[in-house]
Amino acid sequence: MTVVWIVLKILVVTAFIQLAVAYLILLERKIAAYIQQRIGPNRAGWHGILQPIADGVKFLLKEDFVPESANKFLHALAPAIAMVTAVMAFAVVPFGPTDPSDPDAPQFVIAPGIDVGLLYIFSVSSLAVYAVILGGWASNNKYSFLGGLRSAAQVISYEIPLGLAVLGVILLARSLNLEQIVAAQADRVWFVFYQPLGFLIFLAAAFAETNRAPFDLPECEQELVGGYHTEYSGMKFALFFLGEYTHIITVSYLTAILFFGGWDLPFIVSADDRGFLAGLLKVLVLLVKAFCMIVFMMWVRWTLPRFRFDQLMRLAWKALIPLALLNLVLTAVLVHVARSFGLVDQFRVAVAYLWVIGAIVLVIAVGWLINASRRSAYGT
Amino acid sequence: MRPDDPDILWLEEPKLTLAERLYLPAIIEGLSVTGRVALQKKITRQYPDEPYRPEDPIKYRGVHRLNRDEQGRVKCVACFLCATACPAHCIDIVAAEAPWPDREKYPEHFVIDELRCIYCGMCEEACPVDAIELTSFYDLTGWTREEMIFDKEKLLSVYDQTAQQEPLRTAGFRLAQTPPDEAEEH
Repeated sequence: MTVVWIVLKILVVTAFIQLAVAYLILLERKIAAYIQQRIGPNRAGWHGILQPIADGVKFLLKEDFVPESANKFLHALAPAIAMVTAVMAFAVVPFGPTDPSDPDAPQFVIAPGIDVGLLYIFSVSSLAVYAVILGGWASNNKYSFLGGLRSAAQVISYEIPLGLAVLGVILLARSLNLEQIVAAQADRVWFVFYQPLGFLIFLAAAFAETNRAPFDLPECEQELVGGYHTEYSGMKFALFFLGEYTHIITVSYLTAILFFGGWDLPFIVSADDRGFLAGLLKVLVLLVKAFCMIVFMMWVRWTLPRFRFDQLMRLAWKALIPLALLNLVLTAVLVHVARSFGLVDQFRVAVAYLWVIGAIVLVIAVGWLINASRRSAYGT
Repeated sequence: MRPDDPDILWLEEPKLTLAERLYLPAIIEGLSVTGRVALQKKITRQYPDEPYRPEDPIKYRGVHRLNRDEQGRVKCVACFLCATACPAHCIDIVAAEAPWPDREKYPEHFVIDELRCIYCGMCEEACPVDAIELTSFYDLTGWTREEMIFDKEKLLSVYDQTAQQEPLRTAGFRLAQTPPDEAEEH
């Protein structure tokens, strides 16, 4: 019976993701249009509601062109990796309330009770960079290859601040299990108030990890034609796209879970609310939070210009990583002090307060340091 | 030129303030700009559904027409000035002796290749009798290239269709603005 349940959950979730991705592309086009004072797709169905289906049919019917000099096997493998890793990462992401202590209760996650959940997500989703590199290399096209190389450098660099920023949350929640992390925030203060700096670093790194603007250098049209997917067409191209947008969904859910309390929403739904309707409400709350994050990502994409590659690297190594390290050390010290004095809950407000002050001071200090190093670099 | 040449002006990269280097204030400002614009009125014109009509049809340079005189005859005197002026060489005229006593020649054939035309309006300017003019009709389509080669009858029919809403462009202007004696002085 449990096997049936799990298979059913996998089917529902993967099907839902495919559909969601199709409509996210429509949403992206609509947001782009609105920001440019256009209307956007509105021919297929009411306000373009059938546009994703038309796009899908077009992708399926298009010629699948493989360059003559491409490595056929790797060329076909790359989009598959992109899609598989993106979907696999979603396996441990709870999309609704879970109760690890009660195995009979409905668990809104494909694989409940994975203690290394966060670690698993990072390891699997960073495998997606293989798809980009392989796709770029196998195409035997210099622009594709450059896109792949950029992606490799970028993902390696931004994985570090991403992981370090999340470590602060892990210290506070005392668990890598995503369900436990949500439980640690339920009916208390969301982690974004304890970790404002960590949240900003996570946000920047997540944009880079998902290859979204302003960090979309692997596929910048103006320099690299299309980046790593220049030589892809038809359904293979669509798979890259699906993988990319699935990543966005995963990252948005992660942001909601790690920093915005998951399904918790004060005055609406709390951990004590049990039963089917409350469960459904929690799924909805989490969905809305993730959706807001997705809209924010798209809004940013159509607002900010792209970074130059050296600026991208400087931001990661000279700003985000030092800040993330300081964030980690300070969180560790504060958590240790609070716990050794037995001030677990009363201390939290004080910690939050300290954090805001500390973040401002830190940012100023690091800014001054960067300024100093710059001045010496220009020899003035 | 030596590096310490006094004529060289050495410029320093302007120093960014802390706020500028944090990116965050600029990011928030940018987001507020795009957010505001997204809520503004859309400028898209849904073209086939909301057709565009030139604001001043007299100034628009669209499909040509061959004007008729008061008796309904073609005004053209087959002088070839338009064909000579045409930079795209899209006007083809075959002249013949005029059947009417008021002019020597008239165009037996008058063909314009609307696909070759660049709609510059130089034929209109060159014409001494205001016989050829551009109309404001612009959404010209056809299934074949042959369809888009307009002969005399077709060009005259364009006049018949547009004569009501678009009066003669040049004639009225000349008569009203420049009296004949003044024109001779220039």
